[in-house]
Amino acid sequence: MTLFFFLLIAIVTVISAILVIVLRNPIHSALSLVLTFFSIAGLYILLNAQFIAAIQVIVYAGAIMVLFLFVIMLLNLEKEKRVSEKHPLQKAFGVSIALFLLGGIGSIVATGVLYGNMGTETAAKVSAVGNTKAIAGLLFTDWVLPFEITSILLIAAIVGAIVLTKKEL
Amino acid sequence: MIPLSYYLVLSAILFTIGVVGVLVRRNAIMIFMAIELMLNAVNLSFVAIGKHLDSLDGQVFVFFVMAVAAAEVAVGLAIIVNLSRNKETINVDEINIMKW
Repeated sequence: MTLFFFLLIAIVTVISAILVIVLRNPIHSALSLVLTFFSIAGLYILLNAQFIAAIQVIVYAGAIMVLFLFVIMLLNLEKEKRVSEKHPLQKAFGVSIALFLLGGIGSIVATGVLYGNMGTETAAKVSAVGNTKAIAGLLFTDWVLPFEITSILLIAAIVGAIVLTKKEL
Repeated sequence: MIPLSYYLVLSAILFTIGVVGVLVRRNAIMIFMAIELMLNAVNLSFVAIGKHLDSLDGQVFVFFVMAVAAAEVAVGLAIIVNLSRNKETINVDEINIMKW
């Protein structure tokens, strides 16, 4: 049953991801990217990562995609839709390089050389306290310095975005 | 119980689709969306491997990746708005100078 749900969500994810790069109208691409983000949130639920699934929907499908749609509508990209590719071989080269990359990653996954040190947070232990609480515990103990640096990064991004878009300072 | 390799193959496919998008599309916003797709593919393999190894560090990393992605989108879209204001195009083939 879990496998059935996984395959269903995986097919939706791949099809909507292909639509993102194939559709000509940027608004249609953005909307299918929203669908991709939602189905990836479904995969996080299957992986017992409820907190990540929630912030995937809130941050990615909510905040980031609204920003994208806002900018697409602000720029009025109607005339950009029919831009012809300058380099005729670009598509062929791009796809072949990407398939080469897929072959490389796929061969590493298929040969099964992936290994690592086992952690201590087993599924039973995490579900006893709750996924969000377990992540919060890690975030405010082991990862507290990166967590605080993230706030500086966000401040820098806010200031940068304002400086870039303001016409004259 | 779904094997780890299924998630990794799905993540590789999503990453490849993102790479194709960056290499093939010429619209700066479309390239940006393809980059978001690649970030999500990597996030998926972080969470899948984290579950496989009984560790929550992968999910903490995904949290940081999302914060970086949000900052990147804010600054990147500001640059794109600025470009379209100054050059009236966001076709990356026509944006080939650093200042004007």
